Amino acid sequence: MLVWEVGSVLNIGVILGLVIFIAAMLIWVERRLLSLWQERLGPNRVGWFGLLQVAADMIKIFTKEDWVPPFADKATFVLAPAIIMIVILMSFAVIPFAPGVGVVDSNIGILFVLAMASLGAYSVMLGGLSSDNKYALLGALRAAAQMVSYEVFMGISLLGVVALSGSFDLREIVLAQADGWYVIPQFIGFIIFLIAGIAESHRLPFDIPEAEQEICSGYHTEYSGMKFGMFFVGEYLGLVLVSSLITVLFFGGWLGPAFLPPIFWFVIKAFTFICFFILLRAAIPRPRYDQLMSYGWLFLLPVSLINLLLTGAIILSTQ
Amino acid sequence: MMEKLFSLIRDTLGSQVRTLWQVFSHAFVKADTVQYPDEQPYMFPRWRGRIILSRDPDGEERCVACNLCAVACPVDCIALQKTEDDDGRWYPEFFRINFSRCIMCGFCEEACPTNAIQLTPDFEMAEYERQDMVWEKEDLLISGTGKYHDYNFYKVAGKQIKGKDKGEALNEAPPVDVRSLLS
Repeated sequence: MLVWEVGSVLNIGVILGLVIFIAAMLIWVERRLLSLWQERLGPNRVGWFGLLQVAADMIKIFTKEDWVPPFADKATFVLAPAIIMIVILMSFAVIPFAPGVGVVDSNIGILFVLAMASLGAYSVMLGGLSSDNKYALLGALRAAAQMVSYEVFMGISLLGVVALSGSFDLREIVLAQADGWYVIPQFIGFIIFLIAGIAESHRLPFDIPEAEQEICSGYHTEYSGMKFGMFFVGEYLGLVLVSSLITVLFFGGWLGPAFLPPIFWFVIKAFTFICFFILLRAAIPRPRYDQLMSYGWLFLLPVSLINLLLTGAIILSTQ
Repeated sequence: MMEKLFSLIRDTLGSQVRTLWQVFSHAFVKADTVQYPDEQPYMFPRWRGRIILSRDPDGEERCVACNLCAVACPVDCIALQKTEDDDGRWYPEFFRINFSRCIMCGFCEEACPTNAIQLTPDFEMAEYERQDMVWEKEDLLISGTGKYHDYNFYKVAGKQIKGKDKGEALNEAPPVDVRSLLS
C-alpha cells in the first residue's frame, strides 16, 4: 500500500498536499517579492520572515462571513469556486515531477491538461454569471473570451514539442529532452506558451477578467470568505501548473546535473518561472481588453501556425 | 506588413524585457520603508503634527483668544472663548481642539498673531475612545516657548496692561498729546 511509485496512494497524497501547500505559500512569496521589487518590506511580522502570514490569512478567511447574495443563483454560485480548484488539481495528475514521482503517466497527458484548462473557463464564467452583478458579468464575459481564445494558441504552440518528441505523454517528453531542452528548437513555441499561460491563468498583466481597478475584481466581486479563498488559491494553483508545464515541456523537467536529486531540479526550474510570473506582475501594466484579443488572434495565432509549419518541415527534411 | 510585424516584435520583446530588467534591478536597492513601531523615522522639526499652545518667555499664556485660528480652520475643529484677567490681559477661558476633525493643515499656526498655536512633529495620537480625541486647554498648553524663544506679544504690542502703560512697549513711541499740537 505505502510504496513509492507512480500512482501509489502515498505518492498521490504527498503531491496533493504539497501542491496545495505551495500554492498557499505563494501568497506570502508573491507579497514578499512584490515588495522587494517595489522597495518595500512586505509582510514580515507573523513568524520567521512572515512565513506564518498564510496561517494568519487562513484564520481570517475562515472566520469571515461566508455570504451568498440573495439575488445570486445559489447552487451555481457555490459550485463555481470548487470547479477551478478541482480542474487545476486534476491537471497536476499528469505532471511528471521526477522519476517515480507522479500520479499517472497518461499517453494523452498534454491533451488532458488542455482539456482541464478549458474546463477552468467554466468556473469563472459560472461564478460571474450566477453572481447577478454587472461587474461580475463583465468579468465573466472577458474571462470566457480570453480563456477560449488563448487556449487555441496554447494548444498550437505545444504541437511543436509533440512533433519533436513524438508523444503526448509528458514523461516521455521529458525523457526525449535528454539531448537538449526544447526551449532551443521551440523558442517561439515557448514564448507563445508563456504568454498564453499567463492569459490562461489570468495573472497580471492579463488579469483583465478580474481587473480590480476597472471592474472591481470582476467575476469574484460577490464572493466572500472561503469561496473567495478558493478562487484565490485556484489562481496560485494555476500559476504553479503553468510553471510546472513550462518546466516539463521546454526546460527538461527533472533533468539536470547529477549533484542534485531530480526532484530538486524540477522544483528549482518551476520556482524560477513562478518568480518570473511575479516579476511580470510587478513590472508590466495591464493591456486593454481589445488589445489583448487582437494581439492574440492577429499576432500569436499566425506566429504559432508558422512555428508549427516550420517545425514540421524541418523534422520531415531531416528524417 | 513585415515592418509592422517587426515593430510589434521590437515593442514586445525590446520594451517589455527592458521594463522587466529595470523592475528586477530594484531588488538590489535598499527598501524605502522602515519597520515603523520598532524603528522610528526622523520627523522634521517643521512637520505638521499635533497642535500645542505655547507660553511666552515669562511663562504666561501666549494665546490672546483673538479667534483667528478658529476662523482660519477649514474644518472648524477649534473652539474657544475669550476672557480677561485683572491685569487686562486677554486669554481663552476654554480652548478646545477636536483632533478627530483636525487635518493638520497648519493654517491656525499661520493665522496666529502671537505665535501661541504651533504644530509639533508628534503624529501618534490614536485613542480608543472618540471623546479622547477632543483636547482641552490643559492638554494643549506646554510649559515652553515652542519654536519662538524670545517672542512676547505684550512686550511689543500697544495693548495696555497692568505694569505696562501706553507707549511703553518695545519700539513704541509715547502717545501724542493732541492738545500740545495746537499751541
